[in-house]
Amino acid sequence: MAKVTLDNVRKVYPNGVEAVTPASFDIKDGEFTVLVGPSGCGKSTLLRMIAGLEEITDGALTIGDRVVNDLDPADRDIAMVFQNYALYPHMTVRKNIAYGLKNRKTPKEVIEKKVAEAAKMLNLEEYLDRKPSQLSGGQRQRVAMGRAIVRDPSLFLFDEPLSNLDAKLRNQMRIEIKALQRRLGVTSIYVTHDQVEAMTMADRIIVLNGGKIEQIGTPSEIYHNPASTFVASFMGAPPMNLVAAELTDETLFFAGLQLPMKTDYRGPVTLGLRPEDLHIDPYGPLAMEVELIEELGAHRLLHGQIEDQRLTVHLSKETEVTTGPLRLSCHPTSLCLFHPQTGERMDCNPKVQSLSARKPQEQHS
Amino acid sequence: MKRAGFTSRWLPIFLLVPQLSIILLFFYWPAAYAMKSSFFLQDPFGFGQTFVGLENYTSLFTSSEYLKVANFTVFFTVVVTFFSLSLALLLAVKADKVLRGAKTYRTLLMWVYAVAPPVAGFMGLILFNQRWGPLMEFFGLFGWEFEMGADYSDTAFAMIVISIWKQVPVNFIFFLSGLQAIPKAVREAALIDNRSASGRFWDVTFPLLAPTGFFLLIINITYALFDTFGVIDTVVRGEPSNNPMTLVYKVYVDGFRGNDLGGSSAQSVILMVLVLALTVFQFRMVERRIHYT
Repeated sequence: MAKVTLDNVRKVYPNGVEAVTPASFDIKDGEFTVLVGPSGCGKSTLLRMIAGLEEITDGALTIGDRVVNDLDPADRDIAMVFQNYALYPHMTVRKNIAYGLKNRKTPKEVIEKKVAEAAKMLNLEEYLDRKPSQLSGGQRQRVAMGRAIVRDPSLFLFDEPLSNLDAKLRNQMRIEIKALQRRLGVTSIYVTHDQVEAMTMADRIIVLNGGKIEQIGTPSEIYHNPASTFVASFMGAPPMNLVAAELTDETLFFAGLQLPMKTDYRGPVTLGLRPEDLHIDPYGPLAMEVELIEELGAHRLLHGQIEDQRLTVHLSKETEVTTGPLRLSCHPTSLCLFHPQTGERMDCNPKVQSLSARKPQEQHS
Repeated sequence: MKRAGFTSRWLPIFLLVPQLSIILLFFYWPAAYAMKSSFFLQDPFGFGQTFVGLENYTSLFTSSEYLKVANFTVFFTVVVTFFSLSLALLLAVKADKVLRGAKTYRTLLMWVYAVAPPVAGFMGLILFNQRWGPLMEFFGLFGWEFEMGADYSDTAFAMIVISIWKQVPVNFIFFLSGLQAIPKAVREAALIDNRSASGRFWDVTFPLLAPTGFFLLIINITYALFDTFGVIDTVVRGEPSNNPMTLVYKVYVDGFRGNDLGGSSAQSVILMVLVLALTVFQFRMVERRIHYT
C-alpha cells in the first residue's frame, strides 16, 4: 500500500501528439481513484504510464517513496487488470494466478496458500484447474482480479475492466471490485469511460478531456460543483442542462427567470441546471413546452424546450405530467454558471435563497 | 439444418471427375506401378523383367550404402529443420520488436522464398565456388580449405546451409504472423508478472506460438526430406561418387543413373510409407492440440 504522486507527468508520442499534458496529482494511501473521460482523452495513456507500459516523456512518477520512471513494470510493485482480461490462454486458472508470484521467487507453500485464499475470496475454487477458454466473461474477470490480489501489490491498476461484460454482470462486478478494494485497502487507480462506474466506485474522480485534467474531486463535488461545462455535461445521466443566459445589473436573466446576483460580470453566461433540481411549480418563473416523457419506472424524464433551448427535467414517479406547457422553478443555490467561451465555472452567489418561497409573482407568459 | 442436395446422382460424380482423374493419373497409378515394379528386377536395357519378390527390399536393408544414405537423411533433416526453424524464430522475434521498418524488413526476408530451389542451389554453388566463391575465401581466412563436391562433409555442409537459407523465409513469415496474433494485453500482463525477457518468452510467447511451431515442424520435415531435391541436385550435379545425398535423391540416382528401376521403386515405396506415417502423426497431433480462444 502506498501513495502515488504525479508531478507534471506528460506524454508526447514520437509523431508529436501530446496525449497527456503535464498532469500533477496525489493519490492517498488506500484511496480508490477513478480516471474518467471520453475515448481519446488520455486516461488509458496515463494509466499505462503509471504501469510502465508506456514511457513517461516528462515529469516524475512516485509510487510509495520511490520515483519509478525508469523501473520496469515488474519492478514497480503494481498489479493490473486489463479490459480483455489478458489471461494466459495456455495456463490453468491456478497457474494464471500463481504466475506473478512464481517469478518473484515466492516459496511454493506460500503460493499455494495465497492462490487458495484468492480463489475462495473470488468464488473460483472449483475452476482452478480449468483453462480460461472454459470460463465465462465474469469468471475470467475474477481470475484477472485474483492474479492481481495474490501479489499484494502497493497499487492496483484497472483499465476499463468491466466494459466487456453485459450490463447485469457489470453492476454486480462493480460492487464486487469496490467491496474487495475496501477490504484489502490497496490504493487503486481505475480507468473508465462510464460515468456511472466513476460516480459509484470512486473515492475521488479525475475527469480528463483532450489529455488535460478538467477536475479532481469527490463524486459529490464533481457532480454538484462541476469545474467546467465539459464536466457538467459528461457526469450525470441525463447530464446537466446547459442553456444560454445573460447577466446584467447584478441580475441573471434566463427566460422568465430573474435572479439577483452578487457579481461584477456583465454579458452572456452559460447557465447549468441539473435535471433533478428543476421542479414543477404552478407559479414558477420558467415556462417549458414538454415534448416527450421518458417513463423509467422509478422516475420520469421530461424533454422539452424553454424559449428554444432544450432541457431535461427529472421528476419522481408520483408526479403526474402530460406533454404540453408546464411551469417550473428551481432553487437558486443549485444553479451553476459557466463562462460562455472558456466553459470554465464562474462564481454564483444568488442574493436570494429561494424563488418560490415568495407568493406568486406577477408573471407574463 | 437443411442440407443442399443435388437433384441428379450423376452431377456430383461428374464434378469430381477432373480432380479424381488427376489424382489417379499422377498419384495412384504411378504409386501402384512403383509398388509393382519394386517386386521385379528390370533388365538395364529394357528387355523384360524377372519377379524377385522381396529381394529388392532385403538387399536395400542389408546394403551399407543405403543405410549410410538413410543415416545422412535423418541427420540432414534434423539439422535443416532445427536451424531453419530456430533462425526463423529468432528473426521473427526480433522483427516483431521493430515497429517502424518492419515491412521493409519482412519483404527483404521474403524475397528468398521466391527463389526456386535449383536457382538457390546455383547461387549456393557460386558462393561456395572452388576458385572464386566469396565464402571460400572467407573460410580460407580460418585455414579451412573448403572442397565442395569432393569432400563429403564439406559438401554436406554446403547442402545444409543452402537448404536452411532457402527455408528460413517461409518459417519467418509464419512465426511473425503467429507472434503478431498474440494479444498485446497478454504480453503486457506478462511484462508486469515477469521481469525477465527470456522468462516471458519461454513461459508465454513460446507456448502461444506452439500451434504455429508444430505446423511448421511438419512442413519443414517434409521440406528437408523431399523438397531439397533441387538444391541437392545442383550441388551434387548428378555425380554421387563420394558425395552425401538424401533418400529421395538416391531414388533418382539409382533409378535414372544406375538404371536399377526395381531397387529405386522399392526405395520410393519405403518413402511413401514414411510420408504416410508422418501424415498420420500430424493428424493425430493436430486433433490433440489444445484449441486456444
